[in-house]
Amino acid sequence: MLRVFRYWLTRYRRTWRGSIVINVLNPLLFLIGIGAGLGALVDDNAPAQIAGVSYAAFFAPGMLAAAAMQNAFLEGAGGVARAAGFGAYRSATPTPLRPEQLAAGHLLFITFRVLIASGAFIVVMAAFGLIGGWWALGALLGATLTGVAFAAPAAAWAVGVRKLRHIDTVFRFVIMPLYMFSGTFFAVSQLPEWIRPVSYLLPLWHGVELCRTLSLGTATITGSSVHIGYLLALAIGGFLLARVTYRRRLHP
Amino acid sequence: MVSEHSLVEARDLTKVYPARGSTAEFRAVDGIDFALERGESFGLLGPNGAGKSTTMRMIAATSPISGGSLRVLGMDPMRQGPEIRARLGVVTQDDYLDNELTVRENLHIYGRYFGLSRAVIRDRATRLLDFAQLQEKAGDQVETLSGGMRRRLTIARSLINEPDILLLDEPTTGLDPQARHILWDRLFQLKQQGVTLILTTHYMDEAEQLCDRIIVVDHGRIVAQGSPQELITRYATREVLELRFRLDERDTAAEKLRTSGLATGGNDAEGRVELLPDRVLVYAADGEAALATVHAMSLTPLTALVRRATLEDVFLKLTGRSLIE
Repeated sequence: MLRVFRYWLTRYRRTWRGSIVINVLNPLLFLIGIGAGLGALVDDNAPAQIAGVSYAAFFAPGMLAAAAMQNAFLEGAGGVARAAGFGAYRSATPTPLRPEQLAAGHLLFITFRVLIASGAFIVVMAAFGLIGGWWALGALLGATLTGVAFAAPAAAWAVGVRKLRHIDTVFRFVIMPLYMFSGTFFAVSQLPEWIRPVSYLLPLWHGVELCRTLSLGTATITGSSVHIGYLLALAIGGFLLARVTYRRRLHP
Repeated sequence: MVSEHSLVEARDLTKVYPARGSTAEFRAVDGIDFALERGESFGLLGPNGAGKSTTMRMIAATSPISGGSLRVLGMDPMRQGPEIRARLGVVTQDDYLDNELTVRENLHIYGRYFGLSRAVIRDRATRLLDFAQLQEKAGDQVETLSGGMRRRLTIARSLINEPDILLLDEPTTGLDPQARHILWDRLFQLKQQGVTLILTTHYMDEAEQLCDRIIVVDHGRIVAQGSPQELITRYATREVLELRFRLDERDTAAEKLRTSGLATGGNDAEGRVELLPDRVLVYAADGEAALATVHAMSLTPLTALVRRATLEDVFLKLTGRSLIE
């Protein structure tokens, strides 16, 4: 597994500078544009709707979780499908490595990537005064867990995908709508009542809530345990499924 | 140890891909038997879809068998896959090199997959780059290599663990003639060093150059086996006359030839006419004499060529189809 991780790290060495710049620029632009720009509008007009904090403080951890999801999905689905179709998995299959090890090593690398990106995001948040102290570490782990909860099932599915456009489709019709219904930009309590129970079932909602309560310092043991349990179940379930689908695809 | 046994031993080896969605169940390999001894070069020959690559994957312990039995290096590929793979070198049909890494990094990563130490890899990589004539490219990104160079790098990479058996799946498909000859030279050198080669190909000249023994497969079954020379002697005539006709004359000429003495003379191996889309083949012990007969029938081929029979003819004779369709 570590050998596979090392491989992805070797590749990453060539691109890490660019990718860190993106990891920092992305939250910077979002926090300036939406946090400060849209935030000024929201804070002036509807401050009561978002638990009495500034819109930027509300929005930033939501975006942190959603960005973790997006990064993890793109790497876990697109990266995996390419590796399985004509990339790294193909060259590693004839070696003593087992498909299960390829899955574990790649997921470990995706976890690492999400950790770096979330770390950069949190540094930018701290620079805006939106997070601080030990809560930041909690939010970092929460965001990373959110990423893994998406990456593992995505990898389990994508390893069998032969047409890359299917990944685009899922991104557009599954991942993007999750932003809207998981409390990223506004509280779920602002949605019509009948739709709220659906939100509470969405994995991103658990990620957003986990990161937001940790970041605002309002986390409770019970609430966080539920979110962590839900996300862990997805991550572990996804990995166990990936062990099966990787073998099916790579050792047909 | 393995020397007591065959390196690879297959009995009634079968591979069935179960039905999936709209595709029906597919019997890719349908009960084949063979044994491979150390130092022997062994070729699997057949058209696309004959089951060559599937057989290779089963030997390489990257595809579970569906029936029969298979031993590789005295081990069971179903249970000892990683142990078997540690001692094989595999050159797949596509290169699957990492374009973003350098030539040397590709070797390094691959060596690490086998759990080799850095020092060992560094040492072997230098020798393998010499062998593959890629020393000057060591620091270049793989993206910049030509097709022939990529192939040589893939072969060098497959040798990083000093394998007991080297499996090559259509090693020269898609290469230009010059690149093919360089590659054959490298493979021949390996063979001289005592590396056991198993290769699939649908190029007859490749099989004749590199294989001591050949299995001809079609529809997942073995249709013939032997050394290249044995197969030619057994299934073809000594010479072949290749005729090309003008389009408007082709059908009538073919019909005349088919009903002539050339097509029916003696037993099957003695004389026969084969109609191909672009040409007509006349199998004969004496090609020149056959040509004289053709002229005597007042047929006027555009071109006429007498050549020695090859494995291509053997395959045509056995299956009625040419290898590259």
